Amino acid sequence: MGRYILRRLLQMIPVFIGTTLIIFLMVYALPGDPVRALFGDKAPDAATLAALRHQYGLDLPLWHQYWNYLSGIFKGDLGTSYSQQPVASILGAAIPVTIRLALVAFVIEMVFGVLFGVISGLRRGKLADSVLLFVTLIVIAIPTFVIGYVFQVVFGNNLGWVTPTVNDSYNITQLILPGIVLGLVSLAYVSRLTRTSVVENVRADYMRTAVAKGLPRRRIVGVHLMRNSLIPVITFLGTDLGALMGGAIVTEGIFNIQGVGNVLYKAINQADGPLVVGTVTFLVIVYLVASLIVDLLYAVLDPRIRYA
Amino acid sequence: MSTTDTTAVGQGNTTPSGTSLLEVDDLHVEFKTRDGIVRAVNGVSYSVDSGETLAVLGESGSGKSVTAQAVMGILDMPPARIPSGEIRYRGQNLLTMSNEARRKVRGAKIAMIFQDALSSLNPVLTVGYQLSEMFRVHRGMSRKEAKARAVDLMDRVRIPAAKERVNDYPHQFSGGMRQRIMIAMALALEPDLIIADEPTTALDVTVQAQVMDLLADLQKEFHMGLILITHDLGVVADVADKIAVMYAGRIVETAPVHELYKNPAHPYTKGLLQSIPRLDQKGQELYAIKGLPPNLLNIPEGCAFNPRCPMAQEVCRHELPPLHEVTDDSGRPIAGRGSACHFWKETLHG
Ligand SMILES: Nc1ncnc2c1ncn2[C@@H]1O[C@H](COP(=O)(O)OP(=O)(O)OP(=O)(O)O)[C@@H](O)[C@H]1O
Ligand code: SF4
Ligand SMILES: [Mg+2]
Repeated sequence: MGRYILRRLLQMIPVFIGTTLIIFLMVYALPGDPVRALFGDKAPDAATLAALRHQYGLDLPLWHQYWNYLSGIFKGDLGTSYSQQPVASILGAAIPVTIRLALVAFVIEMVFGVLFGVISGLRRGKLADSVLLFVTLIVIAIPTFVIGYVFQVVFGNNLGWVTPTVNDSYNITQLILPGIVLGLVSLAYVSRLTRTSVVENVRADYMRTAVAKGLPRRRIVGVHLMRNSLIPVITFLGTDLGALMGGAIVTEGIFNIQGVGNVLYKAINQADGPLVVGTVTFLVIVYLVASLIVDLLYAVLDPRIRYA
Repeated sequence: MSTTDTTAVGQGNTTPSGTSLLEVDDLHVEFKTRDGIVRAVNGVSYSVDSGETLAVLGESGSGKSVTAQAVMGILDMPPARIPSGEIRYRGQNLLTMSNEARRKVRGAKIAMIFQDALSSLNPVLTVGYQLSEMFRVHRGMSRKEAKARAVDLMDRVRIPAAKERVNDYPHQFSGGMRQRIMIAMALALEPDLIIADEPTTALDVTVQAQVMDLLADLQKEFHMGLILITHDLGVVADVADKIAVMYAGRIVETAPVHELYKNPAHPYTKGLLQSIPRLDQKGQELYAIKGLPPNLLNIPEGCAFNPRCPMAQEVCRHELPPLHEVTDDSGRPIAGRGSACHFWKETLHG
């Protein structure tokens, strides 16, 4: 097991270098001169421009710029945005909001996704199963911004159950509706994945053995079936948690939530290179850590992987 | 050859008085499928006593496993249905019991060993967990106590270094060792009856005999009844007391083991015996029963074997032969013998 973890950690190094390099080069290749853009219509004099370029390190050779960026990451320095604020402190304000939103979405998709999936898998072909397949198909097919606006209008404006937009991004009760919107598509995927996995495993020989052993049904389902069926579901959930941490641009936009997605959206709009690079780097790290945890979980859950 | 020595025959058999450990009585099982109703079991009756081994023989698809699964109560219903018949354990009809009462019989009183131990064991739970589960669920033991019993069991089925291996997973064992674990699991609560459905078919030839010997030894030690489902006529001769031969969901012949080998009373049994490779026939082409087993959606009228039977007559195509008592030369019934053939006499003496 220890060896497996070590191997997995070593594998992360080239992935990390590769992804950060790609992000760095892409932002570098963006059209337009970001320093000039800071002055809007006014044309600054050449000396000011040169001074600013020097301040942001833009006059250094490309490899040197990349090196500065990379070594900064390890010192917790993600650079300075063009608005003169450290990227780390902008993210520092946004991350707790995103974590709250992601957790709300995650708990909803996990609890209801697995629940619906198991019920439907155990009653394959029955009414509950058909309803689930139909509803999840619709949820997957409708874009998130449509669901988001509909929920906002219905529950916020018409019914008045919640405030239509979030005015305190740190208040978790205000994040429940956006969390549902954010988690809904994943909820549909989780239910379908759970269902498929349950259907596959319910006919397995070891399930027949469990019945032949005279075990009570809740044990047969709760231990023997679940331990096997949930392996792919947990993998999906882990990867999705990584995605939820950064993929909330649409939802955060609709409900005016000041999270990481919002920061990224604004940074792209304002061509704030250092802020884009810093934010995306953060997302990459989150993603890498999430997939590491998923793989380790996988190895814990499936002994056949552990010893392979 | 005629049967004269009937005294030796009676020994391995059930005494007719009183109830047997397990009696299957006129059992019918059918499956509802898209193509129609598959009649997999069509009136099977057999019985086993404590300490007795019944071997069930027959080609693939003859209903051996389905009958066993009905006894265990592990058929999926639906698609399976049991339209009629009784399965009595110590005189009690299992089919009319409550689910909860039935569950307590499963595993504790009647246990089953399956063919493929690798797929029959849960891949993500340790063998120790799967063994101790029996004690925890049925006996309410603590985890620790149950684990200790699991190690004892593994010792008992002669798994080397049981203490070190109790926390290993099924895929870490060899095929033979895995089947020993299945046997240990079946044995855990010292059941009265074990049903072994082709317990050695999935194993290497070299370990088949070891596993079979182990099973036979343990059966003797615990004085259990054993229903052994197999294709292997060689194994049967060594361990079984009596045999039931199945064809198209029916029992076509029953007999004490050596009687059947010496002198089959059904053309199908005769065909099966002729298809065993024998040392003295080296070089000769192996006999095979011609044709294919019947389609269970549409079983032939009359005797189901008639399209393949070398002795078939007109009557065989219309009349279903009942299980006739087989008698010796002087007309006395031979204990435990029956044949579902209109021409059992001719077959016996042919
Ligand atoms: N779930 C099911 N649905 C439909 N038909 C089934 C089902 N289970 C078994 N059958 C049918 O019942 C018949 C008897 O099957 P069974 O498994 O008892 O045969 P068997 O004698 O054990 O054969 P084998 O030697 O191959 O194990 C087969 O023809 C099979 O197609
Ligand atoms: S009844 Fe007829 S067809 Fe059937 S086994 Fe006997 S001889 Fe053959
Ligand atoms: Mg079978």
